[in-house]
Amino acid sequence: MSRVLDALRMIWEIGWLRGLVVGFVTLTVVMLIAAFTIWFERKWSGRMQNRPGPTERGYGGWLQIFADFFKLLQKENLTPTATDRRLFDFVPPIVVFVVLSSLAVVPYVPQGPAADASVGVLLALAISSLMVFPVWAAGWSSNNKWALLGAMRAVAQSISYEIPLVLSALVPVILAGSFRLTEIVGAQADWHWFAFWPPGPGLAAFVLFYLSSLAEANRIPFDIPEAESELVAGATTEYGGMKFGMFYLGEYVHTFVASSLAALLFFGGWEGPGPDGLHWMLAKALILTASVIHVRWTLVRYRSDQLLRLCWTYFVPAALVLVFAAGLWRILAGGLA
Amino acid sequence: MVDAHPSHEPVAPALVEVSGLSLPAAITHLPRPDPYLNVEDYEPEADAMALNMGPQHPSTHGVLRLKLFLDGEICFKAVPYVGYLHRGVEKLLENRTAIQSVPYVDKNDYVSPLTGELALVMAYEALLDVEPPPRAQVLRTILMELQRIASHHLWLGTFCLDMGGALGGGSSVFLYNFRERELILDLLEALTGQRMHYNALMVGGNRHDVPPGWEEKVLATMDRVEDRLAEYEAMTVDNHIFRSRTVGVGVLDPLLALEAGAGGANLRASGVDHDLRRDAPYAAYGQVDVRIPVETAGDCYARFLVRIAEMREAIRIVRLLVSGIPEGPIGALKPPRHVNAVKLPPGEVYVGIESPRGELGTYLISDGSPIPVRVKIRPPSLHAVSLLPYLCVGATVSDIVVILGSLDPILGEVDR
Repeated sequence: MSRVLDALRMIWEIGWLRGLVVGFVTLTVVMLIAAFTIWFERKWSGRMQNRPGPTERGYGGWLQIFADFFKLLQKENLTPTATDRRLFDFVPPIVVFVVLSSLAVVPYVPQGPAADASVGVLLALAISSLMVFPVWAAGWSSNNKWALLGAMRAVAQSISYEIPLVLSALVPVILAGSFRLTEIVGAQADWHWFAFWPPGPGLAAFVLFYLSSLAEANRIPFDIPEAESELVAGATTEYGGMKFGMFYLGEYVHTFVASSLAALLFFGGWEGPGPDGLHWMLAKALILTASVIHVRWTLVRYRSDQLLRLCWTYFVPAALVLVFAAGLWRILAGGLA
Repeated sequence: MVDAHPSHEPVAPALVEVSGLSLPAAITHLPRPDPYLNVEDYEPEADAMALNMGPQHPSTHGVLRLKLFLDGEICFKAVPYVGYLHRGVEKLLENRTAIQSVPYVDKNDYVSPLTGELALVMAYEALLDVEPPPRAQVLRTILMELQRIASHHLWLGTFCLDMGGALGGGSSVFLYNFRERELILDLLEALTGQRMHYNALMVGGNRHDVPPGWEEKVLATMDRVEDRLAEYEAMTVDNHIFRSRTVGVGVLDPLLALEAGAGGANLRASGVDHDLRRDAPYAAYGQVDVRIPVETAGDCYARFLVRIAEMREAIRIVRLLVSGIPEGPIGALKPPRHVNAVKLPPGEVYVGIESPRGELGTYLISDGSPIPVRVKIRPPSLHAVSLLPYLCVGATVSDIVVILGSLDPILGEVDR
């Protein structure tokens, strides 16, 4: 027994091996969270719509997601002949890679395994904005007009909404005076969560951040790139089996990561009543994810031109005003202190 | 964002007189796109993309195929292709006697089968000069209005589904609407034994008399449906996204609607006050004062408002009639001993009724044998689909889905 422990300790002391183990555990946990988010979404939307949702596999259907996963794995690896085959097959792993890699800089605990980069906010947003490339590549390589339309919409939307997203994330950065996510959380100690303090700009910035990340993650009411009633399935129309499964998983991981980022930036991260730690961070991120799901099953969607108009005529100016207000607060508060 | 369309406000719109009709001036004589536009003549031809929407597409309400010519995402030409669901119903009816025919027309407009039955049965009755007894007439009227509520419920659900997606808010409205539709189907099931293809009417009367306690059940269901209707209005009427997707989208010129033969809510939303229930009463519609909702904006939102108002009106008519169903027989003819027993007199006849989608007509020619020589069904949905080449031009793909949904075509009826 002690030999096993010794071996484990040795592994722990070797830096790259430790990174491998921690990374493996983190990614597994996050993917499990994403899987159970799917289950939760199916149950929750079922309750919203007077139906039970999955019931058969496991108690309350909680094993359904694994049944679906194995079903997708068993499906034929179908690639339509007219596609750009190499790009087409290359895209789904890229999606998963991009969404999971942003976890590298999103800390869930104060001294966590995630890299506490000095430009953590920028890095996390930059990585998640890379999603535009695989979605565009999927739409282009599919050689399908519906996929192309979906991909074009996705690119227009993601690029537009990146601006209010980054600008609204700048508000907590300015208030905290740091791009480092742990310092931003530290600045929100003693219940000075940026969503509520200073009153006004923080909450407004959170609303903007939330809506922009809905648009960035292509969720209703901004799910125009997918728009299954118009574009069949948008950029993922031609994908089936586990290739589609990767897009699907990526979507949920993306939502969860964006919710975690919102929890860090606006809701004090791991701060909370009682002992601080991972549980508060997870609770906040999961509540935000649940709210995304609730919104999804409540609203219908905008048209793409209305969506872009919303972005450029309301969100971007509002975000600029908020950045200005945050700077003003910082100067005044700094002057007072 | 899109502002409220001015003509949805409760002010009297300016009217213009066109060949004896007062039509709303704002939407009359709109410029009309050329539905036969040669794609090569289109100016930025290099950017044009032909896109086949359907016959397998989530929002084409069955198997309509729309060939769209897109410039970016704006459509500059739309060509509907119908016939994927053609079953040859008219030919089938030309080889069947009256009593054998009724189940076939159930499958035409499968969302509103009872109106299809009534249109056929009334044509045979006109040919045979048979008048159903008062009890049958009142029961038929109640059935038609119950069917109208059920049909509009399904329409509202699919309309929101088109707008919000199968995995989102649209499907919530869709499933809520099925909840009320089920209540009405329960009533129809109690009466006819079926939930979809009823075979409830026959020449000279009805096939089924009301079961005990049915009237009370109808009244209780109407209360519930009316309560829930307020919920749907709360979800849609003032919802910003719903309004911005429908207000000012797919504006239908009343003159174009009249020329294309469109009917029902599509026509009344464009300011044409026409409804066969009031203008040419049949069954027991003469006994009730049918109030016809009319809107003047002509867009998808106006069509939505008209259908919601029609549901309220249908509830009112059902309530009025169900408390005073006259006693008596439900059929004027003795049940025939075999299917060829009823000989049709020679002649021809056309009968039109107001289905939930507009004027549903049946044209019969008989040469004196038990089976008709020619049967022609005039489906309102076909005329609604014929509006698409005009309404889709200038719209985006997202709008086309909403426009198509707002016209409420049933492809089973279009293709027959």
